[in-house]
Amino acid sequence: MKFILYLKIILGSLLLGQFAGAQTHEFMLDNGLKLLVKEDHRAPVVTSQVWYKVGSSYEHDGITGVSHALEHMMFKGTEKYAPGEFSRIISANGGDENAFTGTDYTAYFQTLEKSRLPISFELEADRMRNLTLPTEEFLKEIEVVKEERRWRTEDNPQSFTYEVLMSTAFQTSPYRQPIIGWMNDLHSMTLGDMRDWYNTWYVPNNATLIVVGDVDAKEVYELAKKHFGPIPKGETPVINLRPEVEQHGIKRVAVKRPAELPYLLMAYKTPSLSSALKNPEIIPEWEPYALEVMSGIMDGGNSARFSSRLVRGKEIAAGISMGYRFISRLDHVLTVSGVPANGHTIDTLEEAIREEIENLKTTLVTENELERVKAQVVAQDVYQRDSIFYQGMVMGIFETIGLPWQKADEYVDKVKAVTAEQIQEVAKKYLVDDRLTIAVLEPLPLDPNAPRPVTGGGEHVH
Amino acid sequence: MFTRSIKLLVLLCFVTTAHATPDIQHWQTEKGVRVYFVEAHELPMMDVQVLFDAGSGRDGDKPGLAVLTNGLLSEGAEGLNADEISQNFENLGANFGSSASADTASVSLRVLNEADKLQPAIANLKRVITKPDFPADAFERNRNLTLTGIRQKQQSPSALSKDAFYAAIYGDHPYAVPQEGTEASLQSITIKDIEDFHSQYYVASNAVVAIVGDLTRKQAEQVVIDLMNGLETGKRAEPLGEVKPLESSKVVRVEHPSTQTHILVGQPGIQRADPDLFPLYVGNHVLGGGGMVSRLFEEIREKRGLSYSTYSYFMPMKQKGPFVAGLQTRTDQAEDALVLMFEQLRAFVETGPTEAELEAAKQNLTGGFALRIDSNSDILNYLAMIGFHELPLDYLDTYNDKIMSVTTEQIKKAFRRKLSTDKMVTIMVGPKPETKTE
Repeated sequence: MKFILYLKIILGSLLLGQFAGAQTHEFMLDNGLKLLVKEDHRAPVVTSQVWYKVGSSYEHDGITGVSHALEHMMFKGTEKYAPGEFSRIISANGGDENAFTGTDYTAYFQTLEKSRLPISFELEADRMRNLTLPTEEFLKEIEVVKEERRWRTEDNPQSFTYEVLMSTAFQTSPYRQPIIGWMNDLHSMTLGDMRDWYNTWYVPNNATLIVVGDVDAKEVYELAKKHFGPIPKGETPVINLRPEVEQHGIKRVAVKRPAELPYLLMAYKTPSLSSALKNPEIIPEWEPYALEVMSGIMDGGNSARFSSRLVRGKEIAAGISMGYRFISRLDHVLTVSGVPANGHTIDTLEEAIREEIENLKTTLVTENELERVKAQVVAQDVYQRDSIFYQGMVMGIFETIGLPWQKADEYVDKVKAVTAEQIQEVAKKYLVDDRLTIAVLEPLPLDPNAPRPVTGGGEHVH
Repeated sequence: MFTRSIKLLVLLCFVTTAHATPDIQHWQTEKGVRVYFVEAHELPMMDVQVLFDAGSGRDGDKPGLAVLTNGLLSEGAEGLNADEISQNFENLGANFGSSASADTASVSLRVLNEADKLQPAIANLKRVITKPDFPADAFERNRNLTLTGIRQKQQSPSALSKDAFYAAIYGDHPYAVPQEGTEASLQSITIKDIEDFHSQYYVASNAVVAIVGDLTRKQAEQVVIDLMNGLETGKRAEPLGEVKPLESSKVVRVEHPSTQTHILVGQPGIQRADPDLFPLYVGNHVLGGGGMVSRLFEEIREKRGLSYSTYSYFMPMKQKGPFVAGLQTRTDQAEDALVLMFEQLRAFVETGPTEAELEAAKQNLTGGFALRIDSNSDILNYLAMIGFHELPLDYLDTYNDKIMSVTTEQIKKAFRRKLSTDKMVTIMVGPKPETKTE
């Protein structure tokens, strides 16, 4: 249904997962389109995914949300196929299809019985360059996107708080912008913005084609050359990365919305694997892996510290989780989010979380905990192979944020090498107030007769 | 010509998937556990799911009992506490899960097929199913967490609309009440209630086990014995009461300070055993089930941009599960969207799909069949469903034939038999209509 995928969700599970890359084949077309094929012959099906290196972090002020809105418009027709025809053809072939936009990517996929792969290639190659972007379709679809934003963010107090958290934590980094875009940008978005965006980024040399399933790699390569080969290479601009400036002191923000329960969100700025590989003198490569394992120790299951100590134990949290963004183009954050248990306040919850974080800095995690996280990672490495879609997804994310897919294969070994001392070290280095932003949802009454608050995300008359 | 060539493709696909259908092995243990097993040797792992006819439909006058019982299984068993139980799974890299719905309560396990992992994980799962302690502190904590969850629903228009919908279509049937219970009902539940619920329903005669994985038949039989032999034989649960049809249409408005109004329209639909199941399933695919290709999607989203999501579905359950159609839209256009949705429902019940629409739905459903059984977790879910509802073992083998044999006439008749558009419940959750979104 054309949805936004928060990388957090995927990466949350990357900790719990890796895959064997033994049979992955890499090809490069003359026009710069990279093709990765992974043969998996368990079932007569195939998933085909086109990943574009563009997403909300490529956008500038005033056009936020354009990557995602364009993703919607990709279903609205080309010179050859009328609006909606793409979906009708895939459907008639028994396919599952969708698309998703993240901070660093926009991706389109079809999963089909294996003999239908040419249909997917034909349609994806066609819409890589030949979108017509009709005005009347745009006018309707931008309303759908606004409805999506209302549904996802405006009417969901926790999502709304997350949005405020990110725009507060990041001062210059483009991760301060919501993937779906600010409502006022959606109101003022034009077809011209979208056309420019499409012409700029949708070229074969800015895309990766990923195929996983019951296929022969050589044949897929030939098929890709046939359909995608004729598309001319384009030129993508070099954009200013705008990395985040250094933070000086803790940031706190309150969010008042009609809600029943308070909600605490803490974000510590942390390096991603990409930064570590780029600046190994400042950020040793083991650091992101240590943050992954730390995240597993805190929140990797029902026996992890958060569940054991804060949900049970002190019974201070009704729900609590930690999410570390291991994979992203620029540095992102490690978040802790939680709802206090009945009878507890946001303050006592924050205090308990901070105690746990201090504990990471002062006391080494136990050997048992380390072994548990590592056993989980090893097992998930096998479990993830149950899904061809997920296998494609991992390769797609790595390639699209600029890391070779082979890097994903190192995951299990690098995690296994993490030591208790390294976890202590990353906790001391990154879980500090000068990297911290805290957003608190302060519930306003849900009683609709109470006056509505004026909010930044509200809508304008149009 | 176009249609013809597609047909050919569909046939080809049918041939390729026919022999790829998993071979389901079925047996019953001495104590009456019904077992469904598929050998899958490609990955060195095993999935098992144990289902009991112990869903919230069995709550009686204590709504929330089934969910609470299910959630407490892993909170203390055979003298081990919640930490020890979850460590026992997680130290092996095993995934444990438990869940309860209106019809069923289940536990599941995914684990690597290595002797030092499989055996201890099964032993721990057995402990959880057969020897739960229901410790007082865990009981209080889980009840409190459930209460918090109930409060959280108050801030979600989607959750509010769902609760209001079930309450309105099910009246005094147990399906009417939220599965997690209510603030009042949770206060009335005691540990004794939980223990009694467990000993009555978590018994061999009331259980189905589904297994998919890298095991031989013999190994699978041993797994079932190791897992289930501590259970009492017990008695199979009596069928739940029947759902009464709605007598008139009804509109329920719930005020909520959102920017959108969430709309649900529907009525009690069908039982899993209903002979109209396939015509309704295929027909609904055309109406609102086909993802990005359906009448509702086309009329409400594609033509008018009114909603991000719009859909309809029948959810077949042991007793009549719901038929529901839904959308969410900016409050000032909610009434128009509702009128449009009703027009679509009426038109479809009145005239059914066109031949071309039916053909397209068949192509999608049969052509996509291979996708629905392409992973161990998909197959496990099918086994659980086949087992719980006692569907024939050739359910998957005959699936495509059943889809292909549906006619437009059957769909029209089945929709008319099952749905009365003049007796629908309509739920609208959002601001008062006159409070237009600016």
